[in-house]
Amino acid sequence: MSKIFYAKSHEWVEFLDDTTARVGISDYAQSELGDLVFVSLPEEGDEVAVGESFADVESVKAVSNVYSPVSGTVKAVNENLLDQPELVNSDAMDAWFIEVENISDKADLLTEEEYKKLIEE
Amino acid sequence: MDLKTPLYDCHIDSHGKMVPFAGYLLPVQYKSGVITEHMAVRSKAGLFDVSHMGEVIIKGKDALDNVQMLVTNDCSRMSDGQVRYSPMCNEEGGVVDDVLIYRISEDEYLIVVNASNRHKDVEWMRSHIFGEVELSDISDDMALIALQGPLSEEILTKISDASQLPTKYYTFKENVNVSGISCMVSKTGYTGEGGYELCCRNEDAVRLWELLLVAGAEDGLIPCGLGARDTLRLEAGMPLYGHEMDDNISPIEAGLGFAVKLNKENFIGKQGIIDRGTPTKTRVGLRITGRGIARENCPVFIGDQEIGRTTSGTHSPYLGYPIAMALIDVDKSAIGTELLVDVRGRKITAEIVELPFYKR
Repeated sequence: MSKIFYAKSHEWVEFLDDTTARVGISDYAQSELGDLVFVSLPEEGDEVAVGESFADVESVKAVSNVYSPVSGTVKAVNENLLDQPELVNSDAMDAWFIEVENISDKADLLTEEEYKKLIEE
Repeated sequence: MDLKTPLYDCHIDSHGKMVPFAGYLLPVQYKSGVITEHMAVRSKAGLFDVSHMGEVIIKGKDALDNVQMLVTNDCSRMSDGQVRYSPMCNEEGGVVDDVLIYRISEDEYLIVVNASNRHKDVEWMRSHIFGEVELSDISDDMALIALQGPLSEEILTKISDASQLPTKYYTFKENVNVSGISCMVSKTGYTGEGGYELCCRNEDAVRLWELLLVAGAEDGLIPCGLGARDTLRLEAGMPLYGHEMDDNISPIEAGLGFAVKLNKENFIGKQGIIDRGTPTKTRVGLRITGRGIARENCPVFIGDQEIGRTTSGTHSPYLGYPIAMALIDVDKSAIGTELLVDVRGRKITAEIVELPFYKR
């Protein structure tokens, strides 16, 4: 069974184990945003919480918040995105933003199928 | 409800991402994305639907006197087929709009106005015209297509006679035959590149758009949206109404002094501009050196002292770093000055640089 779930705010979360997960934005989100030119990330050790913004993504046109689908501690950040934000456009599912550990809470998450239905609406 | 330009279906067919702008549904970008579209215009050519722009005809014996009163620039020595840029001011010296004036003949002028100001402008003009003159808003009958980029001439001459086209920047020709479509073609644009703007009747717009795209396909011509239009004009240091100027900002502050002729006998706003005295604010270009992108309306600081605000900002696709324009204190505006820009609560570093950011 796939360990990848989606938040209604268009982030994906992949559980590495019960309390650790990687978080990124969906392919639909990157295509809606257009060419990304800047990504800001939290630092290792920062706390993230369900529904709270932990990063900014900027396209040429606009800035958007990225919301955390889980609560926990930032274990690692994908620093490649700082210099190459376009990685998110080329493969959103590979371009993780943060790895979160000690996960204590998670948002109402959707399966891939449910998420696909949401974005088709 | 948002209006559609005659090219709406073409945009949908090309997967344009449609957004409301100035009362119209227009593509912010197509499938290729803002950066690709932007770079196409810098290196090859891009095609823009700018049919939302307004067109107003001022015609009659007193046409020139009226134009002279309405705008700050001097149009008295224009010849037929010339185009001139000018702010149009209110009595207080703020900017009602910035417009292009096309001299069709001694007693007939076409004024091209910003879409977002069209109704305000027409009302303003109507309430200020005098003497023997007729004013007509023909915006709803006309489509406007901009072909921009270094290969524009090569592309347009495939479907028109080169001898009919305007050759000098800021000139135009009427009744140019573009594969059977009658167009007014001007050598103007809003991208910092060479190119043309083609004005035709609504019913010919789709055919003209498609003819141009086919003619330019092998040269790399692609349709471009509002996103690229904005990043291109920003790199070229061109002001946009509602950002670098508005009803309360004088054209002098906005850096448009070259188009304000105070030695002209009279024009609306002349006294207002004089009464304002030497402006304390001026428009500058900023290169953002810190991490982040400053958009419009970010406070600008030197140390703890706020000295102004950004008016536009983006990531520059050509330069590869963020740029912005700002209206700041004149005495702090020297090239090379290091500043801080407050981007959503975070102060990032920036430096004053020469405008335009990009010059071809």
